[in-house]
Amino acid sequence: MSSEAFDLAVIGAGPAGMAAAATAAEQGLRVALIEGGRQLGGQYFRQPGPGLTAPWLPKLHHGRSRFERLAARVETSPRIEVLFEHQVWAVEPGFTVLTDRGPVTAADVVLATGSYERVVPFPGWDLPGVFTAGGAQALLKGNLVLAGRRVVVAGTGPLLLPVAAGLATAGAKVLGLFEANRIRGYAKHPLPVLTNPAKLVEGIDFARQFIRNRVPVRSGLMVVEAQGTDFLEAVVVARPDGSGRRRIACDALAVGYGLVPQIDLGLTLGCEHRMLADGTVGLRVDTNQRTSVPGFYAAGETAGIAGVETSLVEGEIAGLAVAAAFARSRARQAAVPDAAAAPADLRRRRDRQRGFADVIRVQHPVPAAWRDHLTPDTLVCRCEEVPARAVTEAVEDLGACDARTVKLLTRAGMGWCQGRVCGYAVACLARRDPTEPPAATDLLAAAKRPLARPVPLGVLAEQDRRNK
Amino acid sequence: MVVIGAGMVGAACALYAARAGFSVTVVDRGPVGGGTSGAGEGNLLVSDKEPGPELDLALRSQDLWRELDAEGLGESFEYEAKGGLVVAFSPADHSALRAFAATQRDRGVVAEEVAADRLSEFEPHLAPGLAGGFFYPQDSQVMPALAVARLLKASRAEVRLGSAVTGLLITDGAVRGVRTTLGEIPARYVVNAAGLWGGEVARLAGSRLPVQPRRGFVLVTEPLPPLIRHKVYSAAYVSDVSSSDAALQSSGVVEGTPSGPVLVGASRERVGLDRTPSYDALGRLAGQAAELFPFLASVDVQRYYCGFRPYLPDHLPAIGPDANVAGLFHACGHEGAGIGLAPATGELIAALLAADKPMVDPEPFRPARFDSPEEAVG
Amino acid sequence: MSVDFTFDGRPMTARPGQTVGGALLAAGVQSWRTTRFGGKPRGLFCGIGVCFDCLVTVNGEPNVRACLAPVSAGDVVVTQVGDGRE
Repeated sequence: MSSEAFDLAVIGAGPAGMAAAATAAEQGLRVALIEGGRQLGGQYFRQPGPGLTAPWLPKLHHGRSRFERLAARVETSPRIEVLFEHQVWAVEPGFTVLTDRGPVTAADVVLATGSYERVVPFPGWDLPGVFTAGGAQALLKGNLVLAGRRVVVAGTGPLLLPVAAGLATAGAKVLGLFEANRIRGYAKHPLPVLTNPAKLVEGIDFARQFIRNRVPVRSGLMVVEAQGTDFLEAVVVARPDGSGRRRIACDALAVGYGLVPQIDLGLTLGCEHRMLADGTVGLRVDTNQRTSVPGFYAAGETAGIAGVETSLVEGEIAGLAVAAAFARSRARQAAVPDAAAAPADLRRRRDRQRGFADVIRVQHPVPAAWRDHLTPDTLVCRCEEVPARAVTEAVEDLGACDARTVKLLTRAGMGWCQGRVCGYAVACLARRDPTEPPAATDLLAAAKRPLARPVPLGVLAEQDRRNK
Repeated sequence: MVVIGAGMVGAACALYAARAGFSVTVVDRGPVGGGTSGAGEGNLLVSDKEPGPELDLALRSQDLWRELDAEGLGESFEYEAKGGLVVAFSPADHSALRAFAATQRDRGVVAEEVAADRLSEFEPHLAPGLAGGFFYPQDSQVMPALAVARLLKASRAEVRLGSAVTGLLITDGAVRGVRTTLGEIPARYVVNAAGLWGGEVARLAGSRLPVQPRRGFVLVTEPLPPLIRHKVYSAAYVSDVSSSDAALQSSGVVEGTPSGPVLVGASRERVGLDRTPSYDALGRLAGQAAELFPFLASVDVQRYYCGFRPYLPDHLPAIGPDANVAGLFHACGHEGAGIGLAPATGELIAALLAADKPMVDPEPFRPARFDSPEEAVG
Repeated sequence: MSVDFTFDGRPMTARPGQTVGGALLAAGVQSWRTTRFGGKPRGLFCGIGVCFDCLVTVNGEPNVRACLAPVSAGDVVVTQVGDGRE
C-alpha cells in the first residue's frame, strides 16, 4: 500500500477507468487505479485467466486490439500505480478511498465502477443453472466455460446479442434468444442510429452469427418460469400476458433485463443522482463528468448506462478535466473556463454516443407484467430467502408504502448482496399500482449502500485506531 | 383521538388507547417506523438504567412486553427475553457494577453476579481475562420495525401515512383535531408521538419541548449461527472531574438476532441531523465489539443503520398533558430507549386520557417542566 | 498443465487461470452451497461478484465468492451449509 497521496484515484479498471487513468497520467498526474479484481478490463474487456486459451477465443473478444492498446497505456505509464484486489468499501470526503487493504488518499476521484445486471424474479429463478446474461458471458470470457450445453438466452436489451452469439460460437446449443420487447422503435429515431455506423455493422454481424449457428431469435416473449428440482431442467417462455406458453428443456438459462449503474460509493458521499430514460438512477454529471461533489467525477456507466464507446470517451474527458483543474489550481488561474478542459470533438462524440444509447435503452423496459407471474412462494430476495408472499403482506397488511419499509419489515435486500439483485423488484412491488414505474426514492433505497462491500470488523476497527 | 407519529411510541399509544375504548387514527408524514424506530436495535434494557423514573417506566414496560408476548404477538416481532450480560474489564469496575446493581435491585431489577470463571457459561466466545460481570435476565429484545407494524395492526387504528400534520385545530384553548396535508381530522384528543419532530408539534400549540437529535450508528454483520446468546456490553465507571459525579460509561451492546446478523450499537454523537457517515465512530464500535468477542474481527460488517435519538435536556421523556392546550398530550423524547419504554408510555397516555389511575407516577415526565424557565433543567 | 483440488473430498482438475466456480461448473458441479433457511442448492448466478449466491468454503474459510476466487493447487473446497460458520 502506498502511503503517499495521489493526484487522482480512479475506482474501477474497466473501459472508463482505464481511459481516465491513462489520460490523466499522460497529462502529468500521479494516478492510483484501484480495482477489486486481478486484471484490467472490467466486464466488457474481461480477459481469460492467465494461461487460458481456446480456438474460438479470438472470435469472442472483438475489441481485443483496442483493449491491448489501452492496457499498454496504463501498464507502461510510470505515473500509474495499479492496485489490484483492493475492494473499496467507502470514500471519505477529501478524498480517502477506504479499501480492505487500507486507505488510498487522492486529491480527486473518478468513479468508474460500471454497472450490474437488472433482474426480476420468476418462479424457479433460484435454481442452479439460472444465470444472469452477463454472468454467463463472464464465465465464458473469463473461464472459457459454458454455462450449459443447451442454453436459453432471455430478457431484454442489447447485452443479450453478444451473450447468445458468444455461447453459440463457443459450442453451446442456443435454443433461443427471447427478447421480451417487440423491437420496432429504432426506425422512429433514425438519426442517432445512422450516426453510429459501427453499431449498425455490429448488429448485422450478430444477425449473421445467429443464422450461421441456427439460433432462433424471437421478440415479445419472456421467461415466466424455470423448472427443475435441484437444478434447471426447463424454462417456460410466454408473452408478457402469459399467453402462448411454451416449455423448452435446457440445462442453462442466461437472463437479464438491462444494466443498473453501480453508484453506491458516490451516493454515500452525497453526490446528486438523476433518473434516467431507461428507468435506472445514475449520478448527475456536468459536461466535464463532474458530480455535485467537488473533485469527484463519474465516467461511463456510473453516469448512466451507455455502453463501451461512451465509457471510453467519458473516461478520457474525466482524465482531461481532472488534469485541467490541477493545472488551474497550480497556476492559481481559477478564472479559466471549465469548458476548456476537454476538446469539443470529444464532447460531441460523447453526446452522440449517449444519444444513441438513450434511443436503444428506451426500447428495452422491463415488461411490467413480470410481477403477474410470481407465485406466493417465489423468492424475491435470494439472500434472505424472502418470498413474494411476505412482500405482499408487508404492503397490504402492515402499511409498507415504500421500498425502505418493505425492506425493514421483510429483510428483502438486507443480505449479502445488499439489494443489488432484488432492489428493482422490491421498488416495483412497493407500489400498489402495478402500472406505475418504480420511483427514484424506492430505487435509491437499494442503491444507497453505506458500505459498498462487506468489511471485516477488524478492518473497520483499524480505521478508528489509525485516526487516533 | 389522533396520534401523530407512526413509530414505536405512536403505535403503543394507539394500541393502549384503542384498548381503553378510544377510536384512534394514526397520522405520519412518512412510512411506518420511518424515524428513530426503524434505525435501532430494539433493546428493551433495564440493566443500563440507574434507579429513578426511567427505570420504573422500563420495568413496567418489561411487564407489558411480556403480556404482549403471552397474547401471541411476540413471535411476530421476534421478541426474545434473552437477558443481558454486563461485563467488567477490571476488578474495580466489577465492584462499581456490584454497587450499581445493588441500587437497581431495590427498585425491582433482577441482577445476578457472575464471577470471572463463570462468564464462559453465559458466553463461550467472550474474550479471556475479564474481571466478571452481572447478568440481567429482564433485558430483552424485539425487531423494532416489525414491533411497530404489528402493534399498529393489533390496535386496529386507522393509519394515514404520507400525511404531514401542518396545524392543530384549537377552539377555546382545547384541541379539536389536526390539519394535515391530506385534509383535516377532527378529534377530541391528540397525542404527539412525533419523536424527533415532537418539538415542532409542541410549537403548534405554543408550547416548548426542546427535543434534540443524538446520532447513533448500529453495525450489522453477516449472518452467523447463534454464537452470542445475550445482550453483551462492557461498563466502566468514569469520574467526571468537573461535576464530581460518577457516570456510567458503556460500550456498544453486542448481540445476536434470530435472523442471523450480530448487531453492535450504538454510538453516541451530538451532530444535529447530519447523516454523513463517520467511519471513526463506526470503527470505534467495531473495536469495542472485537474487544469483547475476538472472533468478530474476521466477521464481515455488511451495513449499518444511522439513526437519531430524540432527547430532552434532562434525559427523561415528556409524557402527559400539554401545558397550554387541553386535550393535547405529549409522548416523545425517549432518546435511545423508546422501543423499551413504549408500552408503558402508551399505557400511561391511555390512563391519563381515560382519567384512570396510572401504573407509573407521571409527575417526573410532565411536559410542562420545559415551559417555565425557572424549572428548566440541563 | 492442470490444477488439482478437491471438492467435498473428491479429486477435481481445473485449468490454470480459472476461478473456483468456473472449475466446478466445468466439472459438471452446478451447486456448492445450501441456503440458511430453505436448505436449497445454489451455485453461480451473476458471475461477477455482485450477488454472493456462489458462496463456498475454501480451505476452511467460509463465504468465499466462487465466481471471483482463483482456484489454486491443493485447494480444499467444501459445500457451504447455511452461513458456513457452524
